[in-house]
Formats: sequence, structure tokens, C-alpha cells
Amino acid sequence: MKEKSSFLKGIKAGLPICFGYFSVAFAFGIFALTSGLSAVQAWLISATNVTSAGQLAAVPIMVSGGTLFEMAATQFMINLRYALMSVSLSQKIDSSFRLKDKLITAFMVTDEVFAVASSQEGEVDKKFMYGLILTPYIGWSAGTITGAVAGNVLPDIVISSLGIAIFAMFIAIVVPAAREDGKTLICVVIAIALSLAFHFIPLLKQVPGGFVIIICAVTASAVATLLFPISNGKGESTS
Amino acid sequence: MKYSAFLPYLLVMALVTYAVRMIPLVLVKKKIENTFVLSFLHYMPYAVLSVMTVPAVFYATGNVYSAVVGVITALILAFFKRSLLLVAASASAAVLVSELIIRFVI
Repeated sequence: MKEKSSFLKGIKAGLPICFGYFSVAFAFGIFALTSGLSAVQAWLISATNVTSAGQLAAVPIMVSGGTLFEMAATQFMINLRYALMSVSLSQKIDSSFRLKDKLITAFMVTDEVFAVASSQEGEVDKKFMYGLILTPYIGWSAGTITGAVAGNVLPDIVISSLGIAIFAMFIAIVVPAAREDGKTLICVVIAIALSLAFHFIPLLKQVPGGFVIIICAVTASAVATLLFPISNGKGESTS
Repeated sequence: MKYSAFLPYLLVMALVTYAVRMIPLVLVKKKIENTFVLSFLHYMPYAVLSVMTVPAVFYATGNVYSAVVGVITALILAFFKRSLLLVAASASAAVLVSELIIRFVI
């Protein structure tokens, strides 16, 4: 009885994430389509990855014919934060988790799932976790295929307007954090300055996009870490 | 895009993304206490998202002017801590309105 209700509790906690994911994935579907992928390819990416920033970085690498190493290195760096969340989750889950449950849960360690799971009181059992990750996965997959199909029928002007949606979401994650914390703001400013340099300085322009993300993000994070180490290291979640 | 080119990319990205999430969850039993690692992992997401957003966001719409309008809209709403959904929807709407104005009025 207790297990059943904790599954439903998980479903309830996951629904807001599901709706949020649907809309972001919708924008990703359109982005993938306009970049030159098919609707099915866009859906395959979402169904096997579930990582907004990673997927957004992956599409240009694919269509520009980047190397597999560039793809692997980019995904590693962009998704490295999930490793920290998985470490944290490993302390949060209770003894009902067998290896199989951990292997399944790992697939859906996202910023939002992590945030909700972490905010639960005490330990989290596997029924709750399965409930929590179920609807966000459906929302992410369904949103992608809907966006990619809609991208074929919506007027150009609507599609180009939706092109800003994912970036606006990133802004909505970064700006409040930078507003709260001057150290994060400095890190963001450094990252943007480097990114602009790689975009506009002729020699640096030759560097493939995936590596630009890695170089800029690692440098900015390392500089911020050296200047302002954070003793408790507790970060806000992002998407 | 041809599947012969697409599938290797898909496989690599899915494996790397899954490994990053799975290995710590299965293997790590104790807490990380290294300040450098924790700080680095704290800053990393914001740095990644910033790099991905600038300057790409200015090329994400029909033209750079509508993108600027969308970015300003997003910045203002984000500054006041509105939800991700509201910020994204408002920025898209602002871009749509400016593109309509550019196309039909100016």
C-alpha cells in the first residue's frame, strides 16, 4: 500500500516537469528540423539522451560533419554536471534500489528530476523515483516529435519566433543565478567574452563549435573556481 | 540527414551522456568534499549555457533585430525570476511581434 502511494506521489511530482519538458522539447524538435534532421531523427535523439543543452549542442556537430571525438568530448563536458547530481542522488536513494533500478534511474538524471528528488524529505524509494521520471520522459519524447512535425506545417515566421525559446530558457536559468551571486555573474561574463572571441576573431573562428563550448566553459569555470572557490559547493539546478 | 552518418553520432552521444549519469550513481558511495571539484561543478552549468546562448541566440530567429527584442524580453523576465516556461513563451511572442512589424509595417 505504501509503495503504491509513493508511485502516485512521484507521478504528481513529475507532472509539472512533464509540461515544462514538452514545450522545451517542442522547440528542440523545430530546431532539429530546421537544422536538417528528420522528425524521426529528432525524436531518436530525445528518446535516447534527455538532455536539453547536450542535444542542442549535438545537432550542429551532426549537420556540420564534426568528428565523433568532438561529439563525445562535447557531450561529456556539457553533461558533466549530471555526474555531480548522480553522486548526490546516490546518497538520497534508499535500500529498495537494486542495481537494475539505479541503471534505469541514471537514464533520467536531469536537472529538474534531480531538483525534485533532492527536495524530498528523507530518502527516496524506487516507486517514487519511477513515478517521478515517467511523465517527464513522455513529455520530452512527445514534445520533440510534435515540434518536429509541427515544424513542417507551421508558417516560417512562427518557427523562427520559436527558435529563440530554448535560448530564452537558458537565459531564465542563468540570469536569476547571476543576479543572486556576483561570483556566478563574473563566471558568466568571462564565458560570454570568450565565446564572442571565438566567434569573431578570425583565427579562433576555425575551432569547431563543440570544442568552443568546452574551451570557453572550462576556462570560465576554472577561473571562477580559482578566484572564488565555494566551500559547500551547493549549486542551483539548471536545465 | 542520412542514417549512415546520423547513427554513429547518436550512439556516441547517448553512450557518453548515459555513462556520465550512470557511473557515479552506481559506483559512488561517499560524499565528494574537494572544494575545487565542487566549485568547478557549481560554475560549469552556467558557463556552458552562457557560451551556448551568446552569440547563437542572435542568429536563432529570422533576423538579428527580432532576436535582440526577444533577448531583452527574456533578460527582463528572467531578472524578475519568472518561470522558464513564461520566459520562453514571452520571448517567442516578442520575436513574433517584431518580425510581423518588420515584415508588414516597416
